[in-house]
Amino acid sequence: MLLKELSEAFGVSGHEGAVRRVIVDAIKDLVDEHRVDALGNLIALKKGSGESKRKVMVAAHMDEVGLMIVYVEREGSLRFRPVGGIDDRVLLSKKVLIGDNKVPGVIGVKPIHLLEPKQRNQVMRVEEMSIDIGAASKDEAEHSVKLGDYAAFDVPFTELGGTLRTVKGKAFDDRAGCAVLIELLRGSYPFDLYAAFTVQEEVGMRGAQVAAYSIAPDVAFALEGTICDDLPKKRDVSPTTTLGAGPAITVMDRSVIADPRLVNLLAETAQKNGIPYQFKQPGIGGTDAGAIHLSRQGVPSVVVAVPSRYIHAPVCVLSLDDLDNAVRLMRETLAQVQGLDLDR
Amino acid sequence: MKELIKALTEAFGPSGYEDAVRELIKARIAGHADQVRTDALGNLIALKKGRPQNGVPSRRIMLTAHMDEIGVIISHVDDKGFLRFSNIGGVFPIGLVGSRVVFADGSIGVIGRERPESPTEFPTMEKMYIDTGAPDKQHQTHKVGDVAAFTRPFVDQGQRLVAKAFDDRIACAVLVQTLLELPTSPHDAYFVFTVQEEVGLRGATTSAFSIEPDVAIAVDVTTTGDTPEAWPMAVSLGAGPAIKVKDRGMLAHVGVKTWMAKTAEKLGMPYQFEVLEAGSTDAMAIQTSRAGVAAGVLSIPSRYTHSPSEMVDYGDVQDSVKLLLGLLSGSVEI
Repeated sequence: MLLKELSEAFGVSGHEGAVRRVIVDAIKDLVDEHRVDALGNLIALKKGSGESKRKVMVAAHMDEVGLMIVYVEREGSLRFRPVGGIDDRVLLSKKVLIGDNKVPGVIGVKPIHLLEPKQRNQVMRVEEMSIDIGAASKDEAEHSVKLGDYAAFDVPFTELGGTLRTVKGKAFDDRAGCAVLIELLRGSYPFDLYAAFTVQEEVGMRGAQVAAYSIAPDVAFALEGTICDDLPKKRDVSPTTTLGAGPAITVMDRSVIADPRLVNLLAETAQKNGIPYQFKQPGIGGTDAGAIHLSRQGVPSVVVAVPSRYIHAPVCVLSLDDLDNAVRLMRETLAQVQGLDLDR
Repeated sequence: MKELIKALTEAFGPSGYEDAVRELIKARIAGHADQVRTDALGNLIALKKGRPQNGVPSRRIMLTAHMDEIGVIISHVDDKGFLRFSNIGGVFPIGLVGSRVVFADGSIGVIGRERPESPTEFPTMEKMYIDTGAPDKQHQTHKVGDVAAFTRPFVDQGQRLVAKAFDDRIACAVLVQTLLELPTSPHDAYFVFTVQEEVGLRGATTSAFSIEPDVAIAVDVTTTGDTPEAWPMAVSLGAGPAIKVKDRGMLAHVGVKTWMAKTAEKLGMPYQFEVLEAGSTDAMAIQTSRAGVAAGVLSIPSRYTHSPSEMVDYGDVQDSVKLLLGLLSGSVEI
């Protein structure tokens, strides 16, 4: 499964090469041209039939949150810092792979026997943690690892199954979006479709900013793997999104207010085609659309996301039904985009 | 001008949903600009072309006022039909309880609050909800993503005016009035009514890119230090338009600032300088557009900013129009 390959590829922000190679292999026969820009974005053009002059950009980011080695201790353990937003609490005792040679390591943790009662109620800060690669000294550690090496979570992709066809793996934010975008390139469209597999979203939408500048699109869609907090709660408050309830459409997040005309087009298209959909809880998170819609003279933009539990943690869970429905919704919506009136 | 101000402040237009404000402005300025267009994000851009004047170099001047106001957006509909919400822009939770909001369809909701855990608990939006009177979820017509604005009628107290959304409809009114009164200018004057200022100066970012101005002046409100035990600030209501020196996001272009002050002096009108310790305006985004723009800010002093009852002085408003007319009619000395 392509999602498995994408999920297991190593691509912390700024170091997306391995993910890009998986994607190039998957799309090279589906597109008319593809190139890698100065920052590392993979930009593919699927030429349209010529019926529509509109340029449509669909973006998904290749990068994932991870770690970077910042200091090697005398005893051979590795100090690190997060790249992108990671909750300190999810780090302890996790397996990681470091650098291009994928040196295995473990984020060390003190056994429960040694914890002071007070420490049991405290969160250990990332500055206090270290990665153990089994090295006995700084010299030995530096044979396999160097300062600035990236580390990613070592998590195999597995099918959990069930009625929602769930799978678990790392980096569904945003390899789920990459998987949807690759599927979309199998279709044909009346307009030129620019697929942008972007870099460095997790550290500030940096790839999308320059990709949008070079593409100069008329309309843009960002595809995401987004927050899903649907496990039972005491209070009747938003789950952000719900697993299995279909692709989530963004109305507003911290980075963008989606163009209402695109939000409506997506919702109406879903209703017309019997595709389940949901609106993501507004005001939460940010996406590549945040950078794209502000590019040049402005670009009407919207976000479509596959709900994923436990994002920005080592293991995420998503429903393949949601993924398939995101592909269907985007395919049907793109078929309508050339007719959408964007004047006002 | 008060009728224009009333119409503008009472219009519905949270960030991203400025359509009603835009239509209103479009109608008011019809026939007074050489070109009017709406761009991809919804900014309304009216160009009044310059007429050459002997010895006055023509500049491309961008004036902005943002059409959007703060508001709320529905984040969840609970089983009993109550609406949870999130803020659009800088909404202060204090003072929200008992506020009324209006949706695009005109329906009204009331903001309520969960029982606090202690009498001194600071109110937070997570523990508030909107009650639209729906008896249950089935009868609730609003859904996740619907936006609402605060609602209060415009009040004319004579010299002082009270309304919601003076930030920044009072500047929209000033720009409209300036355009209507402007006889001719040696400069190409772009009157830009921007979108999405309250969520990050977004409309100004894209409109500045397209206009490529030589000089820009954002017109916006600023807070004052003239109320009881206020945060110290040397801006008062009724002491004239404020010329920005700096705020949290920008240092005003010294040339623009001086040009504005000298023009005010020439016109014999009151003005004050403004140093604002919080917040910023569209000028911040415009200043760093492309290769850089000489940008300043004309601020209209306003009390209780971002509350449903903001207060401005009518003299300050009229003097703001006067100053803009003065700036546009002569040579740009920066």
